[in-house]
Amino acid sequence: MIEARGLSKRFQDKKRGEIRAVDNISFVCQPGRIYGLLGANGAGKTTTLRMLATILEPTDGTALVCGRDVVEQPEKVRAIVGFLSTATALYPRLTAQEMVEYFGRLNGLDEAELKKRVDDIFNRLDMNGFRDRRCDKLSTGMKQKTSIARTLVHDPPVMIFDEPTNGLDIMTARTITAFIRECRDHGKTVIFSTHIMSEVEKLCDTIGIIQSGKLLAEGTLAELRDKYSEPDLEEIFVKVVAPHYGSAEAN
Amino acid sequence: MSLRNVGIVYRKELTEALRDRRTLISTIIVPLLLFPILSVGFGALAVALVGKAKEETPKVMILGGEDSPEVVGGLKKLDKIEIVPAAPAWKDQIINKEVRAVVEIPPGFQSDVARQKSDTVKIYNYKEELKSEFATDKIEKYLKDYRDSVVKERLAAKNLPEAVLQPFEVKQENVAPPEKVSGAAFGGIIGYMVILLCMTGGMYPAMDLTAGEKERGTMETILSSPISRMHLVLGKFFLVLTASLLTAALSVLSMGVSFSVLHRFTENSGSQGGEAPAFLLHLGLRTVLSVFIMALPLAVFFSATLMTIALFAKTYKEAQSYLTPMTFVVIIPAIAAMLPGVELTPKLALIPILNMSLLCKELVAGTYHWNFIAIIFVSTCLYAAVALFLAIKMFQRESVLFRS
Repeated sequence: MIEARGLSKRFQDKKRGEIRAVDNISFVCQPGRIYGLLGANGAGKTTTLRMLATILEPTDGTALVCGRDVVEQPEKVRAIVGFLSTATALYPRLTAQEMVEYFGRLNGLDEAELKKRVDDIFNRLDMNGFRDRRCDKLSTGMKQKTSIARTLVHDPPVMIFDEPTNGLDIMTARTITAFIRECRDHGKTVIFSTHIMSEVEKLCDTIGIIQSGKLLAEGTLAELRDKYSEPDLEEIFVKVVAPHYGSAEAN
Repeated sequence: MSLRNVGIVYRKELTEALRDRRTLISTIIVPLLLFPILSVGFGALAVALVGKAKEETPKVMILGGEDSPEVVGGLKKLDKIEIVPAAPAWKDQIINKEVRAVVEIPPGFQSDVARQKSDTVKIYNYKEELKSEFATDKIEKYLKDYRDSVVKERLAAKNLPEAVLQPFEVKQENVAPPEKVSGAAFGGIIGYMVILLCMTGGMYPAMDLTAGEKERGTMETILSSPISRMHLVLGKFFLVLTASLLTAALSVLSMGVSFSVLHRFTENSGSQGGEAPAFLLHLGLRTVLSVFIMALPLAVFFSATLMTIALFAKTYKEAQSYLTPMTFVVIIPAIAAMLPGVELTPKLALIPILNMSLLCKELVAGTYHWNFIAIIFVSTCLYAAVALFLAIKMFQRESVLFRS
């Protein structure tokens, strides 16, 4: 389970002064469910997820990931989280197998356990054809599979995906969305960010709409439709975000 | 602290480094080839060029001398000299390298010599131009021999022994062993090479492992793993240190091999009287080990500093623009130590880089000032610790890791 409590992040910018990238947001993601963080570019999605993955430290507030505090126990949090984004690239000079093994070792797996785990994942994701190929020689789809294998190697109970399908072709994007569903079906807590409405409609059990670093609306798709009397998610999103859009631009 | 995690990062960085052509070139190929090319290559080229210059028959012009046939005749008989007719534009001909030297014999020179009146014979040449200098040397030698023969004749005419002009001789004799002589003369270059290559060897991996990682987008990937940032920095740091020390070790090795090849070459060519020439350094195992032990904290200092600076950059190119000026910061004190008369003092022993360069000079010459060695080792360790601490701190700063 992920529990964000008043999570905030401020940055200092030489020209613009203080920027509130994330402003006091709280939400809960339950195991076996997918929480979708929906927002425009610059809304604060990536910063929120980076704080949950302990890549960034919150300025105020905190979050508990399976009961572990992201501020107090960042390394323990990272040990139970799988983090995937389009910005998490692969080491070009390592092979796909070496890449996955490296992260397995960093996650404390011993060699026997690691071998079993790697073989299992490579079979499951059909990666044996390119396991000894260097990452800089892989196709985009192969790279995404390797990234997935990297996040799964330690079998984390929590998965964080930051715009995982951004810039990918339809077939590769489908591999990712199938993988996200599979994570949910295995009882993992899943949070993912996107600005693509169709993805949210297809995947998310709970939706959080974020703009200017604030969580403006939250609920299931049905709850949001009821609340805003709109059947279309895009229209709901515009209704929620429009009053705050000027401040987002300023931010 | 988990050494296991540091080891995992180090092993992975080593695997990547060994697969990277640029790292292999800067860490292994350059230090192995640099010195042989500089010494053997340039040495052979210089010998060939000098030999070629000596083989040339230089054109020499004689101005005047019509009333001094004996001197002019002697000059004309000189081996491998071509006398060309006098021309008014002789200065231009020297500058344009058409004539290598011009001898001006004053009017009535020979009769003045006979009358024991002193005259001046001038040789005009192109200073520092090798072929012109060779021609000048030949003419000067002939004229000096001629002068000596005149002096001998005059002494003989007055029944005086030759010793009358040379009541005593002054002679220098070296008592220092050859390794100390060569160490004092060229020991500075060992320090200079070790210091410079310690830095340049670590430069490429330092950029690749920090700014390169940011540029490739793998920084966020590794930061999402449970490894602590301190272990991550240490794993990377040890790889940069390995590259730095390997480069320095290979350069000293290649320097030693080059010297030994040169030594054998000069011995075989029979130019020695059984004694090594001054330019050949005597690098004993003890010297090499001493230099290396002392270079270790300096390599730590360089590796950590390079990583700290490179981490600040967003891209590899930006890191290059930060680190290239660093080379000059290192070269200046390293060269300063090679200046004649600059020696270790308690104050200089505290100045990083300069102190190590001066110490290397002494170590290569076989001098061990233990008090200076202690000051330099401890102070360099201290600077290295500060640099490493800063590198770890930098890896914990979000504004540096996610600089946009």
